[in-house]
Amino acid sequence: MFHRFRGGIHPPGKKDATRHKPIEPLPPPARVFLPMLMHTGVPCEPIVRPDQEVFMGQLVADSKELMSAPIHSPVSGRVLAIEPHPHPNGSRVLSVIIENDGRDMLHETVHPKGSVESLTPEQLLLIIRGAGIVGMGGSAFPTHLKILKAREKMETRERCDTVIINAAECEPYITADHRLMLEAPEEVLGGLRVLMKLLEPKRAVIAVQSNKRDALEALRRTLPGKTRIELLTLRTRYPQGSDKQVVKSVTGREVPPGQLPSDVKCVVFNANTAAALHRAVTTGQPLIRRIVTVSGSAVANAKNLDVRFGTPLADIFNATGGFREQPVKVLTGGPMMGAAQHDLTAPLIKGCNALLAFAGEDVPPPGNEICIRCGRCARVCPAHLLPIYLYMNERKDRLRELEKLHLDDCIECGSCSYICPGRLHLVHSMRTGKQKLRDSRKEAG
Amino acid sequence: MEKLTVSSSPHIRASENTRSVMLDVLIALAFPLAIAVYYFGPRVLSLAACSVICCVVFEGLYRKLLKKPNSLGDMSAPVTGILLCFVLPVSAPYWLVALGAFFAIVVVKQLYGGLGKNFLNPALAARAFLAGFSSFLVYIKPLADPYLPVFGNYTADAVAQATPLSYLKDVEKLSIEQLPVTEYDWFKNLFLGQMPGSIGEVSSVLLLMGGLYLVVRRVITPRIPAAFIGTVALLTFLFPRGGIEGFEYMRYNLLSGGLILGAVFMATDYATSPITPRGQWVYGVGCGLLTVFFRYFSAMPEGVCYAILLMNTLVWTLDKIGAPRRFGRRWP
Repeated sequence: MFHRFRGGIHPPGKKDATRHKPIEPLPPPARVFLPMLMHTGVPCEPIVRPDQEVFMGQLVADSKELMSAPIHSPVSGRVLAIEPHPHPNGSRVLSVIIENDGRDMLHETVHPKGSVESLTPEQLLLIIRGAGIVGMGGSAFPTHLKILKAREKMETRERCDTVIINAAECEPYITADHRLMLEAPEEVLGGLRVLMKLLEPKRAVIAVQSNKRDALEALRRTLPGKTRIELLTLRTRYPQGSDKQVVKSVTGREVPPGQLPSDVKCVVFNANTAAALHRAVTTGQPLIRRIVTVSGSAVANAKNLDVRFGTPLADIFNATGGFREQPVKVLTGGPMMGAAQHDLTAPLIKGCNALLAFAGEDVPPPGNEICIRCGRCARVCPAHLLPIYLYMNERKDRLRELEKLHLDDCIECGSCSYICPGRLHLVHSMRTGKQKLRDSRKEAG
Repeated sequence: MEKLTVSSSPHIRASENTRSVMLDVLIALAFPLAIAVYYFGPRVLSLAACSVICCVVFEGLYRKLLKKPNSLGDMSAPVTGILLCFVLPVSAPYWLVALGAFFAIVVVKQLYGGLGKNFLNPALAARAFLAGFSSFLVYIKPLADPYLPVFGNYTADAVAQATPLSYLKDVEKLSIEQLPVTEYDWFKNLFLGQMPGSIGEVSSVLLLMGGLYLVVRRVITPRIPAAFIGTVALLTFLFPRGGIEGFEYMRYNLLSGGLILGAVFMATDYATSPITPRGQWVYGVGCGLLTVFFRYFSAMPEGVCYAILLMNTLVWTLDKIGAPRRFGRRWP
């Protein structure tokens, strides 16, 4: 049985458009654009030159920093240029642009690394780091670093006792994890076995929201008769898939303010990340592609696609048949936490699980922001905050009050803005407030 | 490619908005309004219409004159209008209703910045203001034959009647050993509402139905009404007065004097009640304590209005002490 977290909302799921659509591989585009920042952390440096020939899976950029993840070519071809290019974060980022020769010639480094049993934890870590794997649920946090941090505590009393594969997928529209579990459950389980070998947890849990029972069934059928792996059904409630909420749901433990799941002996990985781990070990393939849900009211055909990184967003939309009507808003990620895009030449990067396009009627028009003090924001806040008081204090620059009300605990899930009948931009105000706090702390030294 | 909209997340919103919330409140208010028409006649409707129209006009005019954005679409002015007519007796003259509407909308609500910014409940503050015109506020017998005319004068003596609580106060003063049950039958008069009183306060059962509707629609939580009514129930049961048996005394206190109206529709007013669960419990209990205090130790028979207005002023403090437990930390 799961534990309950306080708050949360139940937005319309909107997953029916793609939940029954098998994953289709998208042919790679004529050119791929690989920004040096496809992860959270320090940007990579290119290690290829213009005009150089590259192969599929070949390392094209790397960094000496731990908080980084190397980047590989998703196609074979020739490096056209290394120059700034639009990035989904809205800025221009140095990118390696590769012209695809259409032959998908594998690089020599791409070969099976052996079975999980035969490899030592150190070898596995090197493989994971070398494959450039990051959190694919949206955080894009380097996975090897997460594992390394957890392994540092292995000899202490705080050692990790629970590994959670987070397949809650609570954002509306997105079915990337859902389809993966239906079509390749063995990859998710394989990835979990890699993690069990690395972290030796007491519990290994795959947590799935109750709106994906068929996925749970697929996983159950794949599990051997005798196994330690637990399949857990979570209640369908946003933000179930947030790290802190999924840890609470699975173990009943609450991650203290400013700390990480590892501080309550848990490590959480997304289902697609687990599959990437499995592939990196069994086939040697680095992270060069991912499953993306393309949906929303403006797309002609909603689909689940297997897309190479670096594919421009416009190409992905075109491959599904383009737009049914002119989109007014395009998002990378889900409608609750995704980022609005203004330039569709930006490429697909590692943390992006969905690409959504909305027509006019689905984009709420700006209105008068008037708080009627209904308190719904406080009722739905999974971080136990009082968004409306934070909002009022942020508007008046009362930074001390913001600290007293624990603004830093906000996970920016958007539940408060979603529910607000007065249409206040509460989360936006939380972000602005956090920035103001950071600025004032910097000033204070 | 046309220009794309860029805004910060979330990109979807719940369908519920201020207007739909206010419409829900209006629907809930329709229950007690309907029975008031039955008890007090068509004048109830004309008073309600006058009150709503005055509130809407004053709100529209004020915002137009001060060049503020029009706010009539949020439907909060009609809610105030209905609540204002609920706290007045059917005998109230129209000019008095208009005066009350002006005080509620302009003085209490708009001068403090409009919807959500007022710190006193507009309808109750207006009621407290109109208490100065008590000679015009005569409580009328229900089902009077004929009903009070929509327009024109009435002979007050013929149809005036003591409200249950002022009757109760007299009983206490005279120290009658047993409350004569003949005067008010608890079920027919108090629960169903066949008693003299303000337009909206008489029928406990329909007020509770309206409250239930709001709870089911998740417009309000039952915390404040439960704490409010529960506190009054407990105290009046434990400390009955005038030699009346505890349960009987409690029944009188709960089902009359505007307690249910106040607990369900007034004390739960968003702008003037706490948003934190613990704050709401304390607020409800405070309203109950003050109501009983006024009923026991002041000249006023009712006390609900002033109890709620006093608690209104404590809302921010209550939210401060009622802040929820921090995620990942134990109490305290």
